[in-house]
Amino acid sequence: MKLEVSVEKRLGDFTLAADFALEGRRIGVFGPSGSGKSTLMHMLAGLLRPDRGRIRLDGDILFDAEQKINLPPEQRRIGVVFQHAHLFPHMSVQRNLLYGYRRIPRQERKIDPALLIDVLNIAPLLGRGVNTLSGGERQRVALGRTVLSCPRLILMDEPLSGLDEGLKYQIIPYLKRVFAEFGIPLLFISHALNEMRLMTDQVLEFAGGRLCAQTTAHELALRRLGTSQVGYINLLEMHAPRAHDGLFIYTWGEQDIVLTAGGGEPTGMFELSSKDITLFKRHPEATSARNMLRCRVKGTFEAGNRVGVELDCNGQHLVSQVVGGAVRDLDLVPGSEIIAVIKASAFRRLY
Amino acid sequence: MLDFSPADWQAIGLSAQVAVTATLASLPFGFAAAYLLVFTRMPAKPLVDGLINLPLVLPPVVVGYLLLLLLGSKGWLGGLLAQMGIQIVFTWKAAVIASMVVGFPLLVRSIRLGMEEIDERLIQASRTLGAHWYDSLFTVILPLSSRAIIAGASLMFARSLGEFGATILVAGNIPGATQTIPLAIYEYTSTPGGDRMALGLCLVSIVLALAVLLFNEGLVKRFNRGARR
Repeated sequence: MKLEVSVEKRLGDFTLAADFALEGRRIGVFGPSGSGKSTLMHMLAGLLRPDRGRIRLDGDILFDAEQKINLPPEQRRIGVVFQHAHLFPHMSVQRNLLYGYRRIPRQERKIDPALLIDVLNIAPLLGRGVNTLSGGERQRVALGRTVLSCPRLILMDEPLSGLDEGLKYQIIPYLKRVFAEFGIPLLFISHALNEMRLMTDQVLEFAGGRLCAQTTAHELALRRLGTSQVGYINLLEMHAPRAHDGLFIYTWGEQDIVLTAGGGEPTGMFELSSKDITLFKRHPEATSARNMLRCRVKGTFEAGNRVGVELDCNGQHLVSQVVGGAVRDLDLVPGSEIIAVIKASAFRRLY
Repeated sequence: MLDFSPADWQAIGLSAQVAVTATLASLPFGFAAAYLLVFTRMPAKPLVDGLINLPLVLPPVVVGYLLLLLLGSKGWLGGLLAQMGIQIVFTWKAAVIASMVVGFPLLVRSIRLGMEEIDERLIQASRTLGAHWYDSLFTVILPLSSRAIIAGASLMFARSLGEFGATILVAGNIPGATQTIPLAIYEYTSTPGGDRMALGLCLVSIVLALAVLLFNEGLVKRFNRGARR
């Protein structure tokens, strides 16, 4: 998907100005509330008219102030998943799902409803009224409804911020599965860094109505290391849990990781703070921590009074943090070998 | 006990006929007016709103007199219709028009309140799912304002049953032709010995009004059940 945007919009004393062009399938729009993310989303969907500028999607003009073109929402083929689902309360789940599907020409119905219902695991909900659904179920149905309208692009406006922490991470696998299965480009709007990192590759960062950076979620997270109390959050996708000695052993790349909590699903996503990774110059003889990973230093970067250390652990990426003195003591230069020591209890399961 | 004359029965029948016709005929216009007031950025909205609500605050007699001027054989609309061989004034149609004008603000107000409660993002959702504005209107706005429409229609029906001031001016008080229940009651009260008959018709009015209220409640309950399903 290729998106070219150059728009301005004044709303009271707030002005949004965005000028960017990008190509990709998983794009994030990141910024605090009031930064103009939602305004941008409304203008892309055709729900709000920009004061000036133009919007082009894959070469098609959606809006052009000079040429007086402003395609109505139903002609843009851009799907929207709203923050609070906004299912039609007077329809059953099934009628909600098929609302968009029934409104597109037969030859454009590229997605099989049965397959989507299966991927989202919503078959048991079909006959129910939408007022009986839980928050997570509503969000899954809303996503299904949008996907079935076979859009060229899906905008998701803080789709997870209405859900509690646990539920949020239950939904993410569904989201990832749907976008992988049906190959629809995604523009994901959120103020939560973890969501950005799990759902997007490129990120547009907004603040105060201005686009301030075109970056990646990884870069954003690295930048946070200097300011955030929790440090850099490593996200580890691990597989094939085996129970052993009351603990769980997962496969991460080519190495095994020992965790205190785990089991269940064959694949799990875990978070690990850069603070919880201790670096040793030589392999310690014994330690209480269960994981000792041989790594190579890829590089270091300063962030506030800390130093982030990017590590390559047999092809897997890990970021640790140390203070300035440790860089000298451990001789942390690119290419040097190092041992990363991690406690089994330092991992937190996301899903 | 109650011994209604044929003219009384005609008045009861005519009242029902006028109220039903006026309500049904007003529904599409009331819905359209409420839609325009709630969902469009029409210029001079306050003025339009004021004009729609005017009959609510004007004395019905004023409304009746203005309608008489408009629809009478010398009025511009009445003259036009007379050329086409249609006579409105002093027929039951005039009673319908009087009821429509007087009851219209009640209908629009009720539907409007219902429409204002609809979350705008539901309409936006339907548009982004490929629905044209008229598609949204019939598949989202209409079903979600159905309770308000029922409430507005019952209100208007009841108001039409009781319409007197405008009707007597524009339709007259012709037994068997334009005499509705209120007009018949009015005539009985000015006739010596008509008290008992007036009271009888009053009872009919009360029964009809109660029936409308109960019917309305029942429908609203059914819709609530449907929404909770």
